[in-house]
Amino acid sequence: MMADQTEVDNVTGTETTGHDWDGIKELNTPLPRWWLYTLYGTIIWGIGYTIAFPAWPLLEGATSGLLGYSTRGELQEDIDKFKAQNADLAARLVGVDLAELPKDDPAYHFAVAGGAAIFRAACSQCHGAGAAGALGYPNLLDDDWLWGGTLDDIAYTVRHGIRNETDFDARWSEMPAYGEILEEEEIADTVEHVLSLSGQEHDAEMARAGAVHFADHCAACHGDGGEGMRDLGAPRLNDSIALYGDSRSDLTYTITNARFGVMPAFGLRLDDAEIAAVTLYLHQLGGGE
Amino acid sequence: MSDAAEQNLYAPREPIFPRDVKGRFRRLKWGIMALTLAVYYITPWLRWDRGVDLPDQAVLVDLAGRRFYFFWIEIWPHEFYFVAGLLIMAGLGLFLFTSALGRVWCGYACPQTVWTDLFLYVERRIEGDRNAQLRLLKAPWGLRKLRLRMTKWALWLLIAVATGGAWVFYFADAPTLFSDLVTLSAAPVAYSTIGVLTATTFVLGGFMREQVCIYMCPWPRIQAAMMDEDTLTVAYRDWRGEPRGKAKKAQLGEAPPDLRGDCIDCMACVNVCPVGIDIRDGQQMECITCALCIDACDDIMTKLGKPRGLVDYLALSDESRERAGNAPIPAWRHILRTRTIAYTLIWALCGVMLVYALFVRASIDFTVAQIRNPQFVTLSDGAIRNTYDIRLRNKNGEPRTFILTVLGSDDIGLSIEGRASNETLVPADQTALHRVYLLAPRGTDAAAFERTEIKFWVEDSLTGERVSVGSHFNGKGTR
Repeated sequence: MMADQTEVDNVTGTETTGHDWDGIKELNTPLPRWWLYTLYGTIIWGIGYTIAFPAWPLLEGATSGLLGYSTRGELQEDIDKFKAQNADLAARLVGVDLAELPKDDPAYHFAVAGGAAIFRAACSQCHGAGAAGALGYPNLLDDDWLWGGTLDDIAYTVRHGIRNETDFDARWSEMPAYGEILEEEEIADTVEHVLSLSGQEHDAEMARAGAVHFADHCAACHGDGGEGMRDLGAPRLNDSIALYGDSRSDLTYTITNARFGVMPAFGLRLDDAEIAAVTLYLHQLGGGE
Repeated sequence: MSDAAEQNLYAPREPIFPRDVKGRFRRLKWGIMALTLAVYYITPWLRWDRGVDLPDQAVLVDLAGRRFYFFWIEIWPHEFYFVAGLLIMAGLGLFLFTSALGRVWCGYACPQTVWTDLFLYVERRIEGDRNAQLRLLKAPWGLRKLRLRMTKWALWLLIAVATGGAWVFYFADAPTLFSDLVTLSAAPVAYSTIGVLTATTFVLGGFMREQVCIYMCPWPRIQAAMMDEDTLTVAYRDWRGEPRGKAKKAQLGEAPPDLRGDCIDCMACVNVCPVGIDIRDGQQMECITCALCIDACDDIMTKLGKPRGLVDYLALSDESRERAGNAPIPAWRHILRTRTIAYTLIWALCGVMLVYALFVRASIDFTVAQIRNPQFVTLSDGAIRNTYDIRLRNKNGEPRTFILTVLGSDDIGLSIEGRASNETLVPADQTALHRVYLLAPRGTDAAAFERTEIKFWVEDSLTGERVSVGSHFNGKGTR
C-alpha cells in the first residue's frame, strides 16, 4: 500500500501499518516517548562506552580506550592483590622447617592449595594431573621414592631437578647400558634374579647364575638384596613398584640399554615460597615420609 | 510524507490521576498493602536463636558464608533444590491464581502495584484528589506548586530509600548493618544496592507506574494463555448497562427510561482507574484487575437505588448465560473446576514433597567422592590403596566429633590423611574435607578383585547418630 494512502482503524482511531493478513490489519500504535528516549540514551551510552573502553578494531589490535582498561591488566591486578593479601602466609613458608608447620595452620592450608595449583601448571605434564605418573615418570602418590620422600628431599628435587644440565646441584646418577658389558645369556640370568627379588615367578636355576652377575654389577648401587640406594637414586628392586615395568621383557630392555629420566630444576622458575608450597602439597598426597 | 505529521511514531505518556475511592475492594487492598509492606520491612528485624556460633537473624541470606537461614530451617548450597522447589510452587501458584482469578497478583500483591498505591496515597495527601491534581498540573510553576511538588517528591524519596534500605538487611545482620550504614562504615555494595533500589522505586512508583505493567512486564502477555472462559476478571455487564446515558436526561424523559441501560455514563469507573482505561470497552491488556472500578460503580448504583455489580468479577461464560436470561452462577463454581483443582493438587504435592525432604534430611551430612585419577595406587609392599575425598558437614550449632569407619570387606583398613585416628572434629556449622585412604594388603580379595562394594559410616560421637554412604573399592582386577 502506498504511504500516502494511510488507513485509520475505526474502533481505535489509530492508523494501520497497511499490512493485511487475511483481513487482520496491524495497528500502527505509537510507542511511548520514554521508550524512544531510552533508546537514544543507550546509543549515547554506547558511543561513550566505545570511547572509554577498548572497542574499535584496527589493523593491529584495537583502540585502547580512554580509561586504559584491559582484561589482562585486571587479571594482573587480581593476581597482585592475591599475592599481596597472602604475602604474610607465603613469607612464613620460607626459611623454616616445613615439618614443624602444624596441619591446622592457615599457612599450611595456603601452601597445600597453592601447591596444588603449581603442580597442575608445572608438574602435571609428566607426573599426570592426579600425580600418578606414567611409565618412566614416577608415581608421587605411593610410598616409593627414588631420591627420598621427606620434605627436605622433595624440596631439593623440586628446586634442583634430576640429571639436567642447567643446575650444577641437580641430582645425578647414570646406570650403564649392560648390553655392552654382559652377554645376552648373562643379562637373561640377571633378569631372573631381579624377578626373584620382587617375589615374581622366575627360573630358579637361571636366577642363581644371575645372582653372581647382580652382585658383581648391580649390588653396588641397588644393594645386595635389591633394597636400592637413595643417595644415587637407585630404585628399590625388591618391591612391587617398577618405574619402567617389571615384566621379563621390560627388565631385559632396561638392563641392556639403561633407562633414566630427566627433570628440570624448578628453582629457576619458582620462588622459595612456591617451592615450599608444592613440596607440602606433594608430601600430603599419601606417600610423604 | 505528509501523513507523518498527522500521527507521531512516539507518544508522550498521558498522565493519570486516579480518583480516591472507598469500598470493599479498596479496604481489601489497604489490608493487603499493610500486610505485605509490614512483612517486607519487619522480617529482617526478627530474631531467632540458633546457638552461639550462628547468626540470630530469623531470615538471612548469608552470601559470603553460603547459607540461607529461615527461622528453624538452614539451607546449605547443596540443598538448593529447596529453593528450586519453592520456585516451582510459586510458578504453579501463579498458574492456579491466574486460571481462577486472572491477574489477581497484578491487582493486589505485585510490588509495582503496592508501591504505586502507596505513592498515590502520598500524592493525594499532599496535592489533593484527582481534580486538585489536574488543576495543579495546569497551574503555572509558582511557590505553591513548587512546595507541593517538592514535598511529594521528598516523601517518595524517603519511601524509596526505606525500600532499598530494607532489602540489604536480608543479606546481613540487620542491627549491625543499620549502625554501619548510619555511621557510613558499611560496605560500598550496600550503599550502591540501596542507591539502585531507591532510584528504581522512586522512578517506577512515582513516574513510570502503569508504563511498567504495559510495556516492561511480560506477565500481561502471558496471562491470556492461562485464562479461560471460567476465569473471573473485572468486567462490565454491558448487557445490563447499555445503552448508557446521563441519569438526569433519562429521568427527564428525553428517552424512555425503560429503554436505557443502568450505566449513567458518570465516568466514575474511568476516573478511579490507575492504568487509565475504560473497563466498559471490555477485557484489555492494560487492566491489572485492581477492582477499584467495581467499588466506584457500586457506590453510584447504591446511590441510584439500583442493584450493585454493573462492574463486577465476571467470567467470559457469564455473558452468554446472563444474556440468555439465566440466573448468574455463584463465584465458587467458577473457581472450583477441574483445572484449578488439578493445579491445587500438583501445588500441594510439591509442598508435601518439600516438607518431607526437609524432615527426613539428617543432621549429619557427608558426601564421598572417590578419587579416580588414578583408580588405585600400588604401594611398595604390594598393597592396594584407594583414595576418597570425604566432606563432613556439621549442621549443629556446636562442634562435633565424627568417627569414620568402613564396612563391606574385612580386608580393608581406613586412615585419614594427616591424622593418627579415624576421628575428626568439625567446627560448628562448617564443612570439613578429608582425604581418606582405604588399604587392602597384597593378596587379599579386595586387592585382587576389580571392584568391591563398601559402605562408609559416620557416627556422631556425642549423639551416636549414624549415617552411611555407599561407595566401592577398586582392586587390580586379577582375580
